[in-house]
Amino acid sequence: MFITKILQDDLSGKIFLAVLAAVIMLVPLFNLLVPASSLFHLPTYTVTLFGKYLSYALLALAVDMVWGYCGILTLGHGAFFALGGYAMGMYLMRQIGDRGVYGNPVLPDFMLFLDWQELPWYWHGFDQFWFAIIMVVLAPGLLAYVFGWLAFRSRVTGVYLSIITQAMTYALLLAFFRNEMGFGGNNGLTDFKDILGFNLQSDNVRVIIFMMTAFALAGGYLACRVVVSSKLGRVVIALRDTESRTRFIGYKVELFKLWIFVFSAVMAGIAGALYVPQVGIINPGEFSPLNSIELVIWVAVGGRCTLYGAVVGAVLVNFGKSFFTAALPEVWLFALGALFILVTLFLPYGLVGLLRPKRRSV
Amino acid sequence: MKKKRSVWSSYLVKLFSLIIFISSLTFADNQISPEVKTRSEAAAHEKAASVFENLLNQFKEGDFSQKIAVIKQITRLNDKRTRLVFERLVHDRLFYAKDATQRIYSAETTPGGYRLTDVISGQNIGEVSQGSVAKIKINNRLRKTLRTSLAQLDMSVKDPDIRLKAVKSIGNVLNEDTVKFLRTILPTETDYDVRTAIKASLAMVDLHADDLNVRLEAIKSLSVTLDPEFNTELKELLEKDSAGNYLEQDPQIIEAATNAIKKIESRVSFYEHLQTLFFGLSLGSVLVLAAIGLAITFGVMGVINMAHGELIMLGAYTTYVVQLLMPNHIDIFLFIAIPAAFAVSGLFGILIERGVIRFLYGRPLETLLATFGISLLLQQLVRTVFSPLNRSVTTPSWMSGSLEINSVLTLTLNRLYIIGFTLLVFLMLLAVLKKTRLGLEVRAVAQNRSMAKAMGIKTEWVDAMTFGLGSGIAGVAGVALSQLTNVGPNLGQAYIIDSFMVVVFGGVGNLWGAMISGLSLGLANKFLEPYAGAVLAKILVLLFIILFIQKRPRGLFPQKGRAAEG
Amino acid sequence: MELLTITRQLMRRGKVFDFLIPEPVQDSALDTTHGPILYLEDISVSFDGFRALNKLNLYIDEGELRCIIGPNGAGKTTMMDLITGKTKPDTGSVFFGQNIDLLKLDEPAIAQAGICRKFQKPTVFEQLPVFNNLELAMRTDKRVWSTLFAKLSGEQNDFIDETLETIGLKELSHQEAGSLSHGQKQWLEIGMLLMQQPKVLLVDEPVAGMTHQETERTAELLLALEGKHSVVVVEHDMEFVRSIARKVTVLHEGSVLAEGSMNEVQNNARVIEVYLGS
Repeated sequence: MFITKILQDDLSGKIFLAVLAAVIMLVPLFNLLVPASSLFHLPTYTVTLFGKYLSYALLALAVDMVWGYCGILTLGHGAFFALGGYAMGMYLMRQIGDRGVYGNPVLPDFMLFLDWQELPWYWHGFDQFWFAIIMVVLAPGLLAYVFGWLAFRSRVTGVYLSIITQAMTYALLLAFFRNEMGFGGNNGLTDFKDILGFNLQSDNVRVIIFMMTAFALAGGYLACRVVVSSKLGRVVIALRDTESRTRFIGYKVELFKLWIFVFSAVMAGIAGALYVPQVGIINPGEFSPLNSIELVIWVAVGGRCTLYGAVVGAVLVNFGKSFFTAALPEVWLFALGALFILVTLFLPYGLVGLLRPKRRSV
Repeated sequence: MKKKRSVWSSYLVKLFSLIIFISSLTFADNQISPEVKTRSEAAAHEKAASVFENLLNQFKEGDFSQKIAVIKQITRLNDKRTRLVFERLVHDRLFYAKDATQRIYSAETTPGGYRLTDVISGQNIGEVSQGSVAKIKINNRLRKTLRTSLAQLDMSVKDPDIRLKAVKSIGNVLNEDTVKFLRTILPTETDYDVRTAIKASLAMVDLHADDLNVRLEAIKSLSVTLDPEFNTELKELLEKDSAGNYLEQDPQIIEAATNAIKKIESRVSFYEHLQTLFFGLSLGSVLVLAAIGLAITFGVMGVINMAHGELIMLGAYTTYVVQLLMPNHIDIFLFIAIPAAFAVSGLFGILIERGVIRFLYGRPLETLLATFGISLLLQQLVRTVFSPLNRSVTTPSWMSGSLEINSVLTLTLNRLYIIGFTLLVFLMLLAVLKKTRLGLEVRAVAQNRSMAKAMGIKTEWVDAMTFGLGSGIAGVAGVALSQLTNVGPNLGQAYIIDSFMVVVFGGVGNLWGAMISGLSLGLANKFLEPYAGAVLAKILVLLFIILFIQKRPRGLFPQKGRAAEG
Repeated sequence: MELLTITRQLMRRGKVFDFLIPEPVQDSALDTTHGPILYLEDISVSFDGFRALNKLNLYIDEGELRCIIGPNGAGKTTMMDLITGKTKPDTGSVFFGQNIDLLKLDEPAIAQAGICRKFQKPTVFEQLPVFNNLELAMRTDKRVWSTLFAKLSGEQNDFIDETLETIGLKELSHQEAGSLSHGQKQWLEIGMLLMQQPKVLLVDEPVAGMTHQETERTAELLLALEGKHSVVVVEHDMEFVRSIARKVTVLHEGSVLAEGSMNEVQNNARVIEVYLGS
C-alpha cells in the first residue's frame, strides 16, 4: 500500500522492484529446491556472487544520491562502505570465540599474535549482534556527519571536495593498515565462522543473506525514491544546479548537503555490512582511493540521477570485472580505463540514458 | 682625489704581484731540484735505505713479537716503500724466495703460481711456480700493529680527510706507542678537525690519569666531539654502584663530566634536527617536483588531471629505457634522460589534452573521471610493455655516496642533488611563465579566456602547450624519483594524492604556493615522524590539510579579488 | 596577576556569563517605526586594494520603490551582495529595520527574514518545472526535515497559481525552466521573489535583454509591488528608470553622488559630468 504510493509515478521503479522480487523468489528456488545434478541448479557460489553484486548495487545507490542528485562527487564513499563492513566484521570476529587458532574465548587471533593482553575498549559490545548493527549505521554516519559538517559549512565544493574526500579515505587506509589500530592491520578481519549461531558456510544461511541483501536493496531504493520525489529532493536538485540561488531563497544549503551525505553514508555502511559475511573478509584494501573512484564509474556507466541506473551500472560493471579478471586479467584494466573515458565523453547519461528520449544537454 | 688614489692602489697591486711572482719562482726552484742536496744528506739517505732493506729481511724469520718490533722500527724510518710493504703484508701478499737470494717479493696469485714484484727495487720479476716462494706469516696481533702503522703513515698525507680517518683507526688501538705517536704529531697538526680527533683520542687515555687537571682537560676535549664512543666513555665516569653513589670520587670530575655530556647531547640533538631538516627538505622537494606540474595543469588551467602520477611514472620509465640504451655512459645518461622524459611525458600530455580533456572543459568532475581512466590505461600499458615488476635505475657515481659532516649529520648526495634540481626546475618554470611569449599567453588565457581569444591568441594551442608543459615537468619529476625509488607501474599512484594535497594546500594557480606548501608538508612529515612514526605522521598531515581546507578553502595563497570569488 | 583578575571576575556575585544571556531574537517583528526599512551606514568594502564601496550611506523607506543608477564599477552589485550577506563589509553597519543586524546573518537567514534578490543574470532552477521553481521559493518552513515531509496545501497551491498568473507563465507551468526564453526566465525569477512574500526586493537589471513590450510589462509589475513591498531596482536602461522612478540614487565610485527625483538627478551638474555625459 505504502509502496505503491511511493511508486505512483515511477514506472522504472516498478519494473526494477518487480525484477528484484523475482530474483528474491527464484534464486532460493533454483539453489535449494532444484537438485545439484540438474542443469537449472544455481550453485551457492553463484548465489553469493549475486549477493555481492547486490550489496555493490546498494553502495552505488548511495553514491548516486550524493553525486547524481546532490552534485557532490565523492571519491571517498568506499570508506563508509568499509566502516560498515568492519563493524560487521568485528561482530563476526567475536563470534569465532574460542575456535580460533589460539583458542582464546575473547581475544581474536591477530591480537594474540600481537601479544595483546586484553580487548581494546572499542571492541567491547561487538559480541552482541544488535550492538554491531547500531555501529554499522553509527560509524559511517558519524564520520559523514563530522566530515560533512566541516566541509559543507565552509563551502568547500567541486573538485576540492572530491580531493579531500579522497584524502579522507586515504588517511583511513593508512590508519587501518597499522597493526596498532587493532583492526587486524594488513590482513584485516577474516576466518569468520558463523552469524547469530548459524554456520556462515551453509547453503541456507548464504541464501538467506542473499535475500537480506536483496531486501535491503529494495528498501534502499524505496527510501531514496521517497527522498528524491519529496520537496527535499527538488531542493537538492536545485542546489546542485544553482547553489547560490537556493541559498538566496532561504535554504541552508550546507544542512541539506550534510543530511544527504549522512543518509548516503549510512546506506553505504549497510551495504558494507551485507558484503562482509558474503565474501568472508574485510581488509584495509576496501579503503583504497581506487575502490572509491571505481564506485563512481559504476554510477556513471549506469546513468546517474535515476537510482535504478546506479544499480544497473554496479551489476554490469562488476559482472564484467568478474568475467574479465578470470578470463583475461590484463584486459580488465584496459577495459575499465576505456570505460571511464568513453562513458564521460559519449554517455553523459549512462546506459540508462540510451533508453530514454534524448534530453537537451545543459 | 679619488682618481689619484686609485692610480696609487693599482701601483701597489702591481708591486705586490711582482713580489709574489719572484718569491714563487724561488720557491719553485726549491721544489724542482730535490736532487741538488749536500753530500752528507745524500749519504744519510742511502744509509737509511739500506737499514730499511735489512729490517725488511728480518721479517722472514723470528717470532711474532720480534716482527712487531721490526714493524715499529720500519715505521720510524719513514721510507717511501714502507706503505707498499705494509699493505701487502697485511693482506698476506708478501713472500720471500726460497732460493739463495731470499729476496722479498709482493705477489699476485695467477693460475700457474705467482706474479712477483721486488718490493725493494720495484722491479717486475714475472711469474714463478708456487713452490719457489714462501709466504711471510703474520697473525692478528701483527695485523693490528700493521694497521696502526699504516695509519701513522697516513698522518703525513696532505689530505686532512685521510688523516682524520687515520686518527680514528689509531684511536681504536690505544697503547703506549700510539699514544706517544699521537702526542708527538699533535703540535704539528694544523687541521682543526684532525686536532680535535687527536685530542679526543688522547683524552680517552688522560681520562684515567692521576692528575686532576689532566683529567679535567681530557673531559673538556671530549666535550667537543660527537662520536658516540667518546660519549660512552664519559658516561662510564658517571656510573654508580648499587647503593646509588658515584664510583668516581672526585666531585669536580663528576660535575665536569655531567656538563660535558649535557653539552654533547645538546649538540647531538641540534645536528639531529639539522638531519631531520635535511630529510624534510628532501621529501618536500620531491613533493614539489611531483606537484609543480599539477600546479600548472590544475592551477593555471583548472584541469584535474588524475593521470598526472602516471606521467611521472612515464618519466621514470623513460629514464630506465635511456639507461638501457647507453649502458656504457652511466655517468651521463641522466642528462639525456631529463630532456627525453620531458619530451615523452609532454607528448603524452598533449595527446591526453587533445584527445580527451579538450572535450570536457568546464566540466571538472567529468575531467577527473576521464583522466582517471587514462591513468588506468597508462598503468596497464606499462605493465604490458615492461612488466608488472619493479625496475631499478642505477645511480651515477657522482650522485651516490654521501657528505658526512660529522657522526650525526650525513647528507646523502642523491637527495642533495634532488633538492638543487627542484630549485632549478622551479626557477626555470617561473622564468618560462614570466619571461616568455608562451608564459604570457598562458597567463592571459588563465585570466580571461574569451578576451585572450579576442586578442588573437590561439587559445587551443595555448591549452595544449600548457598541458604539455605541466606534463613534461611531471616527466622530469619521474627522472628524479627514479633515483630515489624503484620504478614500477604503481609509482605514480603513490604520489598523486600527495601532489593534490600540495597544490590544494598551497593555493591553486600559484607556483610559489606549491613550492612553499610542498616544502612545509615535507618538513612537517619528517618532524612528526620521530614522535608519531611514519604512517601516523602521514595521517596527521592529511588530517591537517583536510581541516585546513575547511578554514581556508582557497589554500595558503589564494587568488584574490572579485573575479576569483565567482 | 591576570589569572587573579579573571578568577575574581568569575567569582563575582552578580556575574552573568555570556552564554547565559539569551540571544536577541532576530526574527521578531521587524521594527520600521522610524520610516526606513534598510539602513546602510558608513560602509566600505575593498577587494585587493580596489575600493568597491567608500563610506556609503543609504536608507530605503518602507514600501518605497527606489532606483539606483550609476556607471560600471560604481558599486551597485557590491551593495546588493552586502545586503544579502554574500559579502561582508570592512567597516560600517547594515540594519534591516531598527532591530535586525544583517551582518550577523548568513544568506538563507537574510532571505528568510524577508529580503530577496534577483540576480543580474537570470538564475532559475533550469532542471525543474516552472511550477516547482515557485514551490521551492514559497515562504514556508525551509528546514531539512520539514522539507522532506512537506505537502502542498490548497492555499499554497492557489498562491502558486496566482503568481503564475501574475508573471504570465500559467500555460508553461509544467515546462522545465531551462527551456524558457530569456525574458520568461527574468519573470520567473521575479515570480520566485514574490513567492517569498518579501519585505524588500532587490532587483538587479530586470529588463536586460527584454523586448519593448516585455519591458513595459515588467515596469507595470514592479509598480504594482510598490507600497506592499520596498523595491530596490538597479538598472542601466534610463528610459525604463524614468518610467518607474519616484526616487533615484546615483552611485559613483562607491558612494552616493546624488539622490532625488528623476528630474533633479538629471539636472545635477555632477551627475551629468560623471555619468549621463554631455
